[in-house]
Parts: sequence; C-alpha cells; structure tokens
Amino acid sequence: MDIATTQKPEAAPETAREPAIEARGLVKRFDDTLAVDGVDIIVPRGSITGILGPNGAGKTTTLRMLLGIIDPDEGMRRVLGHENPRDVARLIGYLPEERGLYPSMKAVDAIAFMGALRGLSLPEGRKRGRELLEDYGLRHAADKQIRHLSKGMAQIVQLLGTLVHDPQLVILDEPFSGLDAINQGKLEVLIRSLADKGVTVIFSTHVIAHAERLCEGIAIIAGGKVPFAGRVDEARDRIPAQVRLETSANEGPWRAALPASARRSGKFWQFPLPESGIEPLLRALIDGNAGILSLSIERAGLHDAFVAIAGEAAAASLVATSTGEMAA
Amino acid sequence: MSVRDTAGRLSLWRAAYVVARRDFTAILLSRAFIFFLLGPLFPIAVAVLAGGAGAQVQSEAAAANVGIAMSAEDSAAMIEARDQLTRQVGNVIPAFVALDHGPEFDPEEVLEGREGRLAAIVTGTLAAPELTAPPGNLARWNGTVSLIATNAANSASGAGPPAYPEVRNTSVTTSGASENRGRYQTAQGGQLLLFLLIMLLASMVLSNLVEEKGNKIIEILAAAVPMDAVFMGKLFAMLAISLVGIVVWGSVGTAGLLMTGRSLSEFANPGVGWPLFFTLGAIYFGMGYLLLGSVFLAVGSMAATVREVQTLAMPVTMAQVLVFFFATIAMTQTGSAIEYASIIFPLSSPFAMLARAAVDEAVWPHVIALAWQAVCVALFIHAGATLFRKRVMKAGSQGSGKSSRSLKMLLSGLFSAGSDKRA
Repeated sequence: MDIATTQKPEAAPETAREPAIEARGLVKRFDDTLAVDGVDIIVPRGSITGILGPNGAGKTTTLRMLLGIIDPDEGMRRVLGHENPRDVARLIGYLPEERGLYPSMKAVDAIAFMGALRGLSLPEGRKRGRELLEDYGLRHAADKQIRHLSKGMAQIVQLLGTLVHDPQLVILDEPFSGLDAINQGKLEVLIRSLADKGVTVIFSTHVIAHAERLCEGIAIIAGGKVPFAGRVDEARDRIPAQVRLETSANEGPWRAALPASARRSGKFWQFPLPESGIEPLLRALIDGNAGILSLSIERAGLHDAFVAIAGEAAAASLVATSTGEMAA
Repeated sequence: MSVRDTAGRLSLWRAAYVVARRDFTAILLSRAFIFFLLGPLFPIAVAVLAGGAGAQVQSEAAAANVGIAMSAEDSAAMIEARDQLTRQVGNVIPAFVALDHGPEFDPEEVLEGREGRLAAIVTGTLAAPELTAPPGNLARWNGTVSLIATNAANSASGAGPPAYPEVRNTSVTTSGASENRGRYQTAQGGQLLLFLLIMLLASMVLSNLVEEKGNKIIEILAAAVPMDAVFMGKLFAMLAISLVGIVVWGSVGTAGLLMTGRSLSEFANPGVGWPLFFTLGAIYFGMGYLLLGSVFLAVGSMAATVREVQTLAMPVTMAQVLVFFFATIAMTQTGSAIEYASIIFPLSSPFAMLARAAVDEAVWPHVIALAWQAVCVALFIHAGATLFRKRVMKAGSQGSGKSSRSLKMLLSGLFSAGSDKRA
C-alpha cells in the first residue's frame, strides 16, 4: 500500500514530483530470522512520515535498508530518485536509534565531524554547527565536551549533526526516545520546520501521539510486514466513527433504530456510525421519543486504528514499550 | 560531474582520511598518548632489572669454590698456580680454598653434606691429585686441575712458573662467523621489536573500535561512509600515531647511543645495510600492523563488550605469538621450505622478511613480498568490513550475542565474506 499524501504542484520538475522514497517488496533475513517481509513504502517529498510499530517489528532494519547500510535480500528501493541510496548519501541525514558521540569531542566539533562524513569541510561544519546550536538555544554548549552535556543535550547535538549538511531527506530512528517532554516538544517543532523547508522527514516511533501530531502519512509495521501505509486520515477511517448517545427514555420504539452492535456503557449507548449516516438515525430517535439528552460522533484515534490494523498484541507491545520508556 | 560524485558517499580514501584525522587528533591529544610514548620504557626497565638481577643470581650461583685438601705446601702451591693461570686466561677458573683437614677427612662426606660453596675437592699430592666432584664438574675441571697441579709441581721443584710466550695480536674488523652471528642477532632483535610494537598497536586499535562500539557511533559512520573506509581510517590513524611514537623513540634511542659514545658501526651490518634495513623495518612494521590490526578489527567488530573482546582476542594473540615463533625458527633455516612458508603466510611475512633483510643482501625479494603483503592488507580489511556489514548490522541483535555466538559469526563470516553482493 502506498502513502498518498499531498503531492507537489504539477509544474515542479520531474525529480521533485518523484517520491523521496519508494520501496517495494523489501525482504531481509538474518540467518533463519525473517526480519522484514515484503515492505512497501512510498514517501512523498517534503512530507513527514512516521513508521509505527513495536520493538522488533522491523522498523530499524527497514530504515537501514532505505539508507543503504544493509541491502535487502529481495525487493527494490528508490531513494531521492536513485536505486542505490549510497549514491545520494550526502543528501541524507540519519539519526540512528542508538545514540553515539565521542565523549571527548566538543559539541561544535562533533557536529562538524558528522558534516565532514557527508562532505562538508571542517571549518564550514563548525560554522554551521555554531549557527545550529544558537538556533536551538544551545550556544553555551558549543565548546563543551560531549561528556559534560546532559543526555538530552547530547542527543540534540547529534540531531543537529544529522542536519548540518542541509540534507533533502532526514531519517530519524526513534528520535523522541530518551528526550524529556520539553525537548520532545522542541523536536516536534524542528521536524515541522524541516518539512516547511521542503525537507522530507521519515521517523520511526512507538509513541503513537507523536505520529498523530506530526505525520501526514504513516506506515504501520508489525512482525516485519506493513499491514497499512497511507495517510493518517485513511488509517483512522479504517474504523467507523463511534456514536455516543444519552437518552431520557430507557425503552421505546426508538430502540429499534439502534444498530445491533449498540452496547450500553453506564448511561450511554455506544455504537459505530451507521453507513446511512446520522440523519436517519436522528429522525428515528426523535420519532420514537427517545428523549435525546446528548449525542456525539467521535472519530477514531490513531491508537484505535493501530489496534484495528496491527492487532491487539502489537498494540499491547507498543503500549508496554512506551510505558516502560516513560517509567525509565 | 555525475550526481554520484557530488551527492554520493565520500570516496574510500577521502572517507578514510576523515575517520583517520579524527582518530589521530583524538589519540594524540589524549592523556593515553603519553602512556603510549612511555610504553616501551616499561619492558626496557623490566628487561634491565631482570637482566641485572639475573646476572647477579647467576654470578652468585656460579661462585662455587674448589676445596684443596692436600699438604700445606701443596695446597699453597696449587692456590698460587691457580692465581697465576687466572691472570693468563681470565676469571674462568673457580676459586681454590685450602681446607682444614685431619686424617679422618672424607671429601665425599663433605661434599654430600652440602657444606659451604664447595663444588669439588682436590686431595692427594701434586704428582697424583685426586678430584672428587659431581659428574658434571669432574668432566669440566679434571683437565684444569691437572694443568694447575703440573704448574704447581714445577714451581715447587724450583723450575719456576712456566714461561708463557707472548702472543702478537693482529686485529681485523670482523670475521665470517662473527658477521653471521651478528646479523642473526640483528634479525632476531628486529623481529622481537617488530612483534612487540605490532602487538601493542593492534591491541590499541582493538580497544579503539570497542570504545567506538560503546559510544554507539559506529552506525553513524556506517551510514555515512563505506565500512572499508572506517576500518582503513582507524588502521591508518593508529599507524600514524605509531610513526609519531617511532620518531620519538628513535630520537631518544639515537640520543642514547650518541651520549654513550657508541654508533651503529659497532653492530653487525645488516645484509641490506643500515639505511635500507631501517626503511624496510618501518615498512614491514606498517604492513605487519595493518595485517594484524585488520584481523583485530574484524574481531572487535564482532564483540559487543570488553569481555567478549578479551575472549575473542586471546586466541588471535596466541596465534600471533605462534606465528612469531614460526618466523623466528624460519630465520635460522634460510632457503628452506619453512622459510618460504613463513614469507608467504601473510601474518608471518613481515617478520620473516625483516629477518631476511638482516641476513641477506638481495633487495628484490622485498619488492615482491611487500606487494604480496599489500594485497593481503587490502583483502583483510575488505573481509573485516564485509564481515561487519553482514554480521553486525542487525537491528536489535547488537550486543546481545554470547561470545561463542560471536566467534561462530566471525568464522562463518570470514568464510562467506566473499559472497556478499554489496558494492
């Protein structure tokens, strides 16, 4: 399945209209373990896409294949118009899940070194590094050794190192992991600002809230497969909206208008929005003297969609991972 | 210029330079570098102390006396004759001490009673001396006692001490035997120095990689530049560090030689001459280090913890010690199949060829050997990097393996490295 989010204007050049990432049928085995089993993903340029899934689902392996760190056993991938991601390595920024910096390096030098790995000269990398640190409110940390920074600050430094060479595509593996709430908020702002500049951002996460707030498209990955890839709205639409009804009358002819799946929870009736819409139902309730006290239509959240698509087990694992991380 | 040139990964050499520059600067500016420079002092100090202590112990152990239990006149004549002979031949004859003895004196009982430092006892007369000693000493001192007794008898009879003719000396700079012995000593010394330096550096590069894995930075490197470049960068950074060390150590050594008024001309001239020998020594050091370092890097890439590194590195270290002994044995068998085997086997080749440079004048074999070693270095680095890519970059599995699993991975990876389809 493809993620079909807003495309660039038709007047844009051919390369700009090409998706930033197009992968079909990616398969990766490690010895006897099938880590990724036929993943299809299309990520439009300039979009923010989240890869959602519990630990061990195959997120990191998928990202590593898209980056060219490892090659798929089967399938094709096209990144920024090239079949070999290594041919556009300097246009990509990557933040791995396992954060790492040299403890004895100064923050600005760490950023410059990461830029040098992507072709920037050291002086240019240092200059841009200072600018980025200043923009991010970390000017005071520029000349401090990494070992003297807090874990969150070091993580931000690494993220800035990922961006120092002005990449067109930024791939972030669990970027929110290990950050406090304030820095998570800052990171969300940063990701949005990247997308505003036309940078394509793809990140993996097991925290649904981040994907829900940031992403236009998501790919749900579980057990090495992608049961859903598309717009967030489409994922939500997999589950019909829920009607929540409170009536003054307990019994009456109006009860026949409720669908068979309606369940009573306290003083409320809950049931999926009928395919015929809300108006025929409203009419039947009024005509049947239900005495409507309140009626609301609640659209399904991404979590409900995830449960519906990936299954209860994957959702439980996702929640357990998130809860464990928050507790830590 | 293609998109790949401007947007693709850095070239192998440029990427290796970026990695090497960082490592070189980081190590050079670290406190550990001071310890690295001081490193050779420790084995030298240990060797000097151990040598001094050993000599002292040997000297003490060798200070055995020969007891003389003859008549008072004979004993005095024997001791006088011994002292006179010692002045001619040097301090190779044990000291003679006169023993108090009565008619009941039993030399066997005295020796077996392990009294004092007596190694042998001479009884009887000057005309018929009798030597009592353990079998080894009997064989060694029989002739000496006979000679000394003859001289003593001559002196006692009034014939006076023997007139030893004065030998006229003609000095030559060397001889075939001493040159040969000196060259082998140079070869052995060169091999030992090479081995110690290579082991020191290979361990350092291994620690460096483990630290890198601990810092979790390896994936950033792997994503940005070819893994071969990471390995090459690390190896060449450490090589550059070692060259700095060699310059420092060489300068200190030269200064030491000059201060003690000695020069290289006192030592046996190597087959290829000192300048080329030093040059080849530096090159073989580089090759040997790159070969062993790349093996250690492959091992390091397999290991997730320091304990795993120790477990995996130990067999490699032991194997390298065996390889060193192999090259040492091969050195003494010039032109044999063993020597050729040690030259062809990549890990022993630098040692074997350095030894050859010390004992043989031919230069062309070094050209061929260096070319072969360069090919092996490239193959080893590529195999190590391939192994790393194939076996280590598994999501979620890094650091979770047991040592036995890592070793299995290392072996299976080595044998399947060539089948990786990655460019």
